[in-house]
Amino acid sequence: MTQLLVIAEHDNASLKAATLNTVAAAQKIGGEIHVLVAGSGCASVAAAAAKIAGVAKIKLADAAHYADQTAENVAALVVSQAAGYSHILAAATGPGKNMLPRVAALLDVAQISEITAVESQDTFVRPTYAGNAMATVKSADAVKVITVRTTGFDPAAGEGGSAAIEPIAAAADLGLTKLIGREITKSARPELGAAKVIVSGGRGLGSGEKYHQVLEPLADKFNAALGASRAAVDAGFVPNDYQVGQTGKIVAPQLYFAIGISGAIQHLAGMKDSKVIVAINKDEDAPIFQVADYGLVADLFQAVPELVAELG
Amino acid sequence: MKILVPIKRVVDYNVKVRVKADGTGVDLANVKMSMNPFDEIAIEEAVRLREAGIATEVIAVSCGLAACQETLRTAMAIGADRAILVESDVDLQPLAVAKLIKAVAAKEQPQMVIFGKQAIDDDANQTGQMFAALTGWPQATFASKVVVANGMATVTREIDGGAETLEFKLPVVVTTDLRLNEPRYATLPNIMKAKKKQLDTLKPADLGVDVTPRLTTLKVMDPPKRGAGVKVADVKELVAKLKNEAKVI
Repeated sequence: MTQLLVIAEHDNASLKAATLNTVAAAQKIGGEIHVLVAGSGCASVAAAAAKIAGVAKIKLADAAHYADQTAENVAALVVSQAAGYSHILAAATGPGKNMLPRVAALLDVAQISEITAVESQDTFVRPTYAGNAMATVKSADAVKVITVRTTGFDPAAGEGGSAAIEPIAAAADLGLTKLIGREITKSARPELGAAKVIVSGGRGLGSGEKYHQVLEPLADKFNAALGASRAAVDAGFVPNDYQVGQTGKIVAPQLYFAIGISGAIQHLAGMKDSKVIVAINKDEDAPIFQVADYGLVADLFQAVPELVAELG
Repeated sequence: MKILVPIKRVVDYNVKVRVKADGTGVDLANVKMSMNPFDEIAIEEAVRLREAGIATEVIAVSCGLAACQETLRTAMAIGADRAILVESDVDLQPLAVAKLIKAVAAKEQPQMVIFGKQAIDDDANQTGQMFAALTGWPQATFASKVVVANGMATVTREIDGGAETLEFKLPVVVTTDLRLNEPRYATLPNIMKAKKKQLDTLKPADLGVDVTPRLTTLKVMDPPKRGAGVKVADVKELVAKLKNEAKVI
């Protein structure tokens, strides 16, 4: 029987939701699904992964040199565990994109990046050219190494499974990198990738101060995540992890507000799969209106506070 | 130290590509081609390290059609000292390119290889990581700041929730993110100078690399189209539509 290995994404304390979408892609391929949890003091992650519906086994590698999830060490571990698996999958998020190509190269196989659909066990659909061309590709390799675009697959159920947890030996510490520090943007809001509503701002907001002053009250109404166009990040309004787009975060919430965003191809690539898109922009010719379900040509500094008031 | 910068010739980022009617690919006839924007950032970073006296030589390398010579000339106009073209008309996929760059690196012995994090045509985001794996080097992907001193590189990289800083012994692989730098414009005198710089051409066979594609593209389709939306007159109408029509609030 086909066996598939899904690499769990986590922070040693909790399992990231992207893992559920990755498991869902594995289920579409079909076969017995194992989940690899590599971390340090991450038993709670393995316990959460064991509850995912449709997962047969959890492999748990718990060692100090996996605490920081460096690509070099995690990839070496994945390769040491690769025998017997026909498919190795990770989410196309920061950690997955960083680590999985190393696994593919070490196994001397291609990686199939950011799949959005499964056609068969060796054939997959993936976006190219900022999502403007959907390519169906067939792999000739014995092992398919795949990153999964989370917006392409509805998450597997996080409850209901009861997979066995099997501790496995850690691979050697390669000692190639040392983490000096991490600056995580603190926010009480949901993550961009998991939010049901996203309020995104662009250069039209004019400054970081205005960005927060205008958008926060709207985001508060929906417990929304805040996002931004590349222009707003480059201008220093908000940190890089707010960026939605071809090379930033790819999102598909129920409701996406694009405020003062013109709608460059690269931005549209990151949000055009949202269920409902609302655009507010004073330029009636802005390309964002071509993808928006509801467009309002207006001065955002008046329209957004008015919208907040109208929502009550 | 030498820095090697692999670059890719791609459809210009301002072009909205069109999928061919027969589904075999995108229409590249008469489309403007440019250097992949992330690779421009990579060249700029390498040139800055040379200007700061840290690097001694910057070598641009491209794998692909003869037309990549133009892209390499652009890299030299930005400031690369010389260039290497690995010429092939095969569809070169990331693993093959990583192997070709590894073979070039074995000859040139750079202490740093700076890749763009992702090419904006195939959006694969693989080649730098694959090169790092094949050489056994550490990798600093999605870099927003690179500092080199005393045989060590300290790199700040963009991660999903913010940023992290890592320290590496050289040699190291860096892949560039958008905020690493803002590439300079090539001036006319530098474009003229670049025409005289050395550009060597090799073939994959010279490097002993099998570049056979592993993935076959069966078809290329347009993405699902979004139905045309409507313009609303004011905020009241917008809220009414969101409540009663879209039913999302």
